[in-house]
Amino acid sequence: MNLPVVIASGLLFGAGLAASDMNNPERVQGFLDVFGRWDPTLMFVMGGALAIALPIFQWALKTKTKPTFAKRFYLPLKQGIDKNLVGGATLFGMGWALVGYCPGPAIASLGYGHLEVVIFIAAMMAGAKVHQWQDKRWPR
Amino acid sequence: MSEFLSTSSVLFALLGGLMIGLSSVLLFTLNGRIAGICGMAFSLMATSLQRNIWRLVFLASLIIGSLAFHLFSGAEIPKPPNTSMPLLILGGLLVGYGTSLGNGCTSGHGIAGIARLAPRSLIATLTFMVAAILTFYVVKHVLGGAI
Repeated sequence: MNLPVVIASGLLFGAGLAASDMNNPERVQGFLDVFGRWDPTLMFVMGGALAIALPIFQWALKTKTKPTFAKRFYLPLKQGIDKNLVGGATLFGMGWALVGYCPGPAIASLGYGHLEVVIFIAAMMAGAKVHQWQDKRWPR
Repeated sequence: MSEFLSTSSVLFALLGGLMIGLSSVLLFTLNGRIAGICGMAFSLMATSLQRNIWRLVFLASLIIGSLAFHLFSGAEIPKPPNTSMPLLILGGLLVGYGTSLGNGCTSGHGIAGIARLAPRSLIATLTFMVAAILTFYVVKHVLGGAI
C-alpha cells in the first residue's frame, strides 16, 4: 500500500466528480429523468471513465501478476448473481433517485458545507450498519 | 438533441470521467485496490483504524479534490439536494443498506467492476440504473413528489 498513490487517486476522483457535475444532485436527477426532461450529460462521465479504465484494467489483469506496490490484487471474493446483489442494487437505485447522491459524490460534497450532505451520509452509514449487523461476514 | 447537452457540460463530464477512470486505474494497478467508495466508507465501521488508514486518506483526498476543483476552476459549488427531510433520510438509509447488501455502488460496480468485466458488476449496474430511473419516474411523475 503506497499512500502517495492513495492521495493522488483520491484527489483525482474528487476533482473528477466535481468537474463532471456528479456532485450536483439536480444534474444527477436530470440524468435519471429519462421519461421526463432527460439530461443525458452524465453518460459521458461513465463513458470517459470506462474509456480509460476498461482497457487498462484488462491489460493489468492479463499481464501483471501483482500490483506495483502491493502483494496482490484485492478482488471481490463473491462470484455469481444472487438475490442480495440484485436486491441491494435495487434498493440503492431507489435511494439514489430520491436524493441524487450516490456514496462517492455524497462524501466528496462534505467540503461544500451543506447540512443535507451530513444528514444523508449519517443515514447512509446507519443503513450500512444495519446490514453489517445482519451479515456476520463483515468485516470482509 | 437534448436541451441540456451543451458543449462545455459534455466536455467537463468527459474530462471528469477520464479523471475518475484514471483514479480507479492508479489505485488498482499500483496498490491492487478497487476504488469503491461505499466499501471504503463502510469498512470504517467494521475494521480497525490501522487497516483503515489508507481508506481515510483516500476519502479525505476525495473531499479535498472536489473542493480544489471549484477553487481552481471557479465553478460554482453545487446546491444541496432539493429533497424533504424524511426523503433525504430514507434515501440515505436505502443507499447505505442497498450498497452494503449489493457489495458496491456506482464507483465499485459501475466503473472498476465493469472495467474488470465482472458479471456481478454488470448486473448490479444495470439493476441500480433501471431501479433509479423507474423510481424517479414513479415518485416525480406518477406520485407528483417534490424530489
